[in-house]
Amino acid sequence: MGTPTVRRLAALLAATGLGLLPAGAALADPSPSPGAATVTKAGTSFLTATVIAPGQPVRVGASHGEYLYWAFPASAGEVPDIRATVSYPAGRARTGPATWTIDVFDGLRRRQACTAGAQTPTVPAGTTTVQLGCTLRTVRSWAEPWSGDPLPGTYYIRLSVSTVAEPDLGLPVEVELLVGAGGEGDGGDGGDGSLAAPLVPPVKAGKVLTDAEANSVPAEEDDGYDLGDWLPAPSSRWLWSTAGGILAAVAGVVGFGLTRRR
Amino acid sequence: MIIYLRRSAAVLSGLLMTMALLGAPPATADEEPPPEPPKVELVLDVSGSMRARDIDGRSRIAVAQQAFNEVVDALPDNTQLGIRVLGATYPGKDKKIGCQDTQQIVPVGPVDKNQAKAAVATLRPTGFTPVGLALRAAAQDLGTGATTRRIVLITDGEDTCAPPDPCEVARELAAQGTRLVVDTLGLAPDEKVRRQLLCIAAATGGTYTAAQSVEELTGRIKQLVDRARDTYTQTPALVGGGEQCADAPLLAPGVYTDRERFSEHRWYRVPVRPGQELRASVSIALDRPVNRDYGVLLRATAPDGRELVRGADAGSGRTDILSAGLRWSATDPDDEREDDGPADGESGTDAPVLVCLVISNSLAPQAGTGTNPGMPVELTIDVVDSAPGPGAPDLGRGWLLLALLTVAGLLTGLLAGLLTRWWVATWRN
Repeated sequence: MGTPTVRRLAALLAATGLGLLPAGAALADPSPSPGAATVTKAGTSFLTATVIAPGQPVRVGASHGEYLYWAFPASAGEVPDIRATVSYPAGRARTGPATWTIDVFDGLRRRQACTAGAQTPTVPAGTTTVQLGCTLRTVRSWAEPWSGDPLPGTYYIRLSVSTVAEPDLGLPVEVELLVGAGGEGDGGDGGDGSLAAPLVPPVKAGKVLTDAEANSVPAEEDDGYDLGDWLPAPSSRWLWSTAGGILAAVAGVVGFGLTRRR
Repeated sequence: MIIYLRRSAAVLSGLLMTMALLGAPPATADEEPPPEPPKVELVLDVSGSMRARDIDGRSRIAVAQQAFNEVVDALPDNTQLGIRVLGATYPGKDKKIGCQDTQQIVPVGPVDKNQAKAAVATLRPTGFTPVGLALRAAAQDLGTGATTRRIVLITDGEDTCAPPDPCEVARELAAQGTRLVVDTLGLAPDEKVRRQLLCIAAATGGTYTAAQSVEELTGRIKQLVDRARDTYTQTPALVGGGEQCADAPLLAPGVYTDRERFSEHRWYRVPVRPGQELRASVSIALDRPVNRDYGVLLRATAPDGRELVRGADAGSGRTDILSAGLRWSATDPDDEREDDGPADGESGTDAPVLVCLVISNSLAPQAGTGTNPGMPVELTIDVVDSAPGPGAPDLGRGWLLLALLTVAGLLTGLLAGLLTRWWVATWRN
């Protein structure tokens, strides 16, 4: 045994505990978590994206035409749901319509599809607010490397104006944003595999290797014998299977009892 | 007892959720603090046109001075701020002299607030508008280093001293090793000024704001100074991609920057061992006007040129960055090795595959757009353990499973009961 096994058993207990609890809220409008501090910042690129947590409201002033970046973590089973509202201040007339766009990228900066929500609404010159939304697909716990399925890790949001009359650039706007984590978020179903590491990109500067460094073989890590290697991962399947066994035993006794002569 | 169990289950599940959150930390969670404080320089136009009284009935320079005072008062503790002015001293008509007129009135460093305010208070609108020269000088003031630098340019007029064209200067500064971002603020709603400031902002990945009141100007400068503190990051490593796979640089996990011209191919190599997974992403910044439709392609190929996987993205319309990513892992040889347990003797199988990555783009310049230097490319490389595919699940779930097991148990019980009865009856007779 050893610590990894102990940890795994603890996680298993926790997962079976999770199965007892009511399932997470179904798909509904995301609402701010109670007590979450409002974020008043936005990044300007993937590397400088402001990190927010699901349920944490964002409210930031910006310039029309600016590209605003945020990053949030998502885990398997979740269905991230992003809502944004952009408002123009009264009294600053615009000369033409503008199309706002919400783009979502995964940790590998691959574009992620929205299954619902107004991803690219156009706001006419006279209107002062516009709503945007994007619901992602369910985050998988594992996918083949060649697929583009959403995986656990960092997700990036980019909010920008994709079509705009040039004289309207630079006007002040007010942006509100909220990320909701819909779905069950049960950390994936034990049988569906998992990634060795979530899709969280490195942020440190890289280093160009020499030929010798590239070909050197690192020392093998020997983690020793681990009971956990052949135990299925902790999941609600343990609970279902155990319950099934108990029911079968009870039904067996009942069945046996039925055949007794009265 | 039940309450106790439920409570401990809740505690445990809470723990698990915390672990799950920790397992997927946000992008910057494990970042070391950058090696130097954030550096930002405000560049203020004090040319003759700043006298115009068109912001809430006050002169542009008075508004700018008030905004600067408030910004200096609210300056975050560790931010190093400098102030440079242009067109502040030479009142004459000689363009040659007037276009050299730019001075740093507060050096970049820890700010003495009173001294800075006093220096700003003495400014009087005077001369020409040598924006390009001032930008170049501001970049020198900020110096070179390992983190992002920010310039905030506040002006009301077009550059009257080109050449150098300020937009070209901005592009040239951005192409130097240090990452430099120029944010621009326009004080006059003038089309030419807006075009020029938009061009400068786009060339460096900065922003453009049209400020038309004291509150707007002050709020925006404060926001940009705060942003300099919040978003300055360690500059990615500079790397020069090869023209073909064989002479491409070998990259370790991390972030890199390079430049790529229109229709150019850039090659890199990454060593990936058996049992490892390669993750690569690329972003190409559109820092100049390009044709309406565009695309970027990132391909991974084996050393013999066979394609392994590709990531691509395309789009149209206004955008700042175009990005694509891919994952790849060597699968088959590793599965066997894992199943056989420790196989340290076969060190030959651990030799890394040198995967070639090639970045190409389908961008096209608009008429009159310069092609040199190339557009900034950001390359992120990560190598992690590969994740084997899931086998068939060993356990089951669902109501149907429960029903099946219950019926099977019932039938077994009935059968066992009948057999017992038959056996007892036979034995008694």
